[in-house]
Amino acid sequence: MTATPELSYVRILPEIILSICGIVVMFVEPLLPQRGSHKSLGVFSFVGTLAALIASLYQTNYPGWGWFNMIRVDEFSVFFHVLICAISAVVILASFEYLETQEIRGGEYYALILFGTVGMVLMSSAVELVLIFIALEISSIATYVLAGYRRRAATSAESSIKYFLLGSFATAFFLYGVALMFGATGSTSIYTISSALQSGQVTLGASSVPVSYSLAYVAVALMFVGLGFKVASAPFHIWTPDVYEGAPAPVVALMSTGPKAAAFAVMLRILFGAGIDTSKAWFWLVWISAALSMTLGNLGALLQSNVKRMLAYSSIAHAGYLLVAFAAVIAPNARDTGISAAIFYAAAYAAMNVGAFAVVSHFARHGERYVNFEDYAGLGKRSPILAATLSIFLLSLLGLPATGGFFAKFYVFNAAIKSDLIWLTVIGLINSAIASYYYLRLIVVMYMYEPQPGEEKLQLRAAPGLTAALVITAIITIWLGVRPAGVLDYATRGASRLLPSFQQSSNLSR
Amino acid sequence: MIPLSWYLILSAILFAIGVASFLIKRSIITIFMSIELMLNAVNLTFVAFANHWHQVSGQVFVFFVMVVAAAEAAVGLAIVLAVFRTRETLNVDQVNLLKL
Repeated sequence: MTATPELSYVRILPEIILSICGIVVMFVEPLLPQRGSHKSLGVFSFVGTLAALIASLYQTNYPGWGWFNMIRVDEFSVFFHVLICAISAVVILASFEYLETQEIRGGEYYALILFGTVGMVLMSSAVELVLIFIALEISSIATYVLAGYRRRAATSAESSIKYFLLGSFATAFFLYGVALMFGATGSTSIYTISSALQSGQVTLGASSVPVSYSLAYVAVALMFVGLGFKVASAPFHIWTPDVYEGAPAPVVALMSTGPKAAAFAVMLRILFGAGIDTSKAWFWLVWISAALSMTLGNLGALLQSNVKRMLAYSSIAHAGYLLVAFAAVIAPNARDTGISAAIFYAAAYAAMNVGAFAVVSHFARHGERYVNFEDYAGLGKRSPILAATLSIFLLSLLGLPATGGFFAKFYVFNAAIKSDLIWLTVIGLINSAIASYYYLRLIVVMYMYEPQPGEEKLQLRAAPGLTAALVITAIITIWLGVRPAGVLDYATRGASRLLPSFQQSSNLSR
Repeated sequence: MIPLSWYLILSAILFAIGVASFLIKRSIITIFMSIELMLNAVNLTFVAFANHWHQVSGQVFVFFVMVVAAAEAAVGLAIVLAVFRTRETLNVDQVNLLKL
């Protein structure tokens, strides 16, 4: 089943397009006049992400393995490719205006977004732990730099160093887990690992040795620590509010959705592609992490006065809801529903969160001065359309019907009840009620408070790029809330690709 | 011949030292060094297991870890410089603008 070389290239076509665009941006940047605007590079990068998105759709015609079984293209990987390319495209659109108001010049910004995207999309199609690790690092290193992009601001540098130190710390845990998994099964390929864990035998050449399950359990736990950090689930969430507050707002839009979706994709691949047998080992890990993330995230968000910090805590809470879907997969009758709920949630969350941060990046103005709740007072009067758009995103984050957030939560809790996770569902629903306080508070501040004197004169008209970004995210948020069936169907097909794959792997000629 | 478990115990101890010094040390550079120590503990585990299974893939993984660690060091030191320029200190206790 080894793919012909040309097909192998098709299977990493989006990655190739993104890398070439990134390299071109890096090369052209020094040739442009230093004082001029580098928006043309941004437009070029935007076209690049769109091309990568189309390439991922083209990949649906060629599902299969590539590059010595290190890459696997199926509905699951295509879903995340399209999602992540769309996130990057929208973030680039939203960045034009932001970079202008912050007086940041530099095409590397766009190149770094492209390189980060390469890492994220690669994470969703990699089925070899070596490649997953490399992809994880490509996306992380790009986002470390992006977090510190407001170089002269002390907060931005601080956010970058915190992200970098804790991120590398978590990566070391992930790597230690990979090393122990290699020790337990003698392989770093997810499907070889899963067949070893299922048969209980490591076959190397003629001899076969029993698998050390205790080592495998420790390995899964350590990998969960590393990935749990990337998705900002409790108790590995401490970095999130600080990093999100200091990093540039469009970058937060990217790193609160893109790497998170990619890390969830890796988690799904590792936990369900590789280790149905180990599910009893990680079930309680996921259960506790989900409950803690929801509770700590929502309680933390109640206390915030900074909108970016509030959204950071809400992102922790949403990671918790997503993990509920993971926990639901333990019951055999809810496997498909659980995984497809998780995939759907990642998409819906991406749409509404990118939108919310795009609005925040617009209101922040020079030096990100206006990011507190009181700065949003009277926005309903000052710029009614933008305030209405932000309200849509907030209501979707809250989970009101007719928005994507509602169906995302509905499917997750539906899967949880199907697998008899009554307590987790109760905790989740109580948390949804708590969450309404801080989301609605921002809406109340926008519509019912009088604007502070002197701020009315601020020019708040959104630039075309930002308007396009907001229109796209708002349409997707509402579309997912009105007609979720199409996306959910595709997510279910992706889920079914994930599950039986370990049976196919045994017939895989290597 | 030295048994496999000795290597594993040594790398576990190295990893634990790395974690402990990451949490205890207050200078950003030392914290950064302790991450490198953790990565090298992982490398030792990989090499030991590669020898145990007679598989080269474990040793190849070590090369990838080294390359990534070098890339991380390049980015990390640049970020440390940026912090020093804005703050004039490398003590993590004083890098505390972002707090509740």
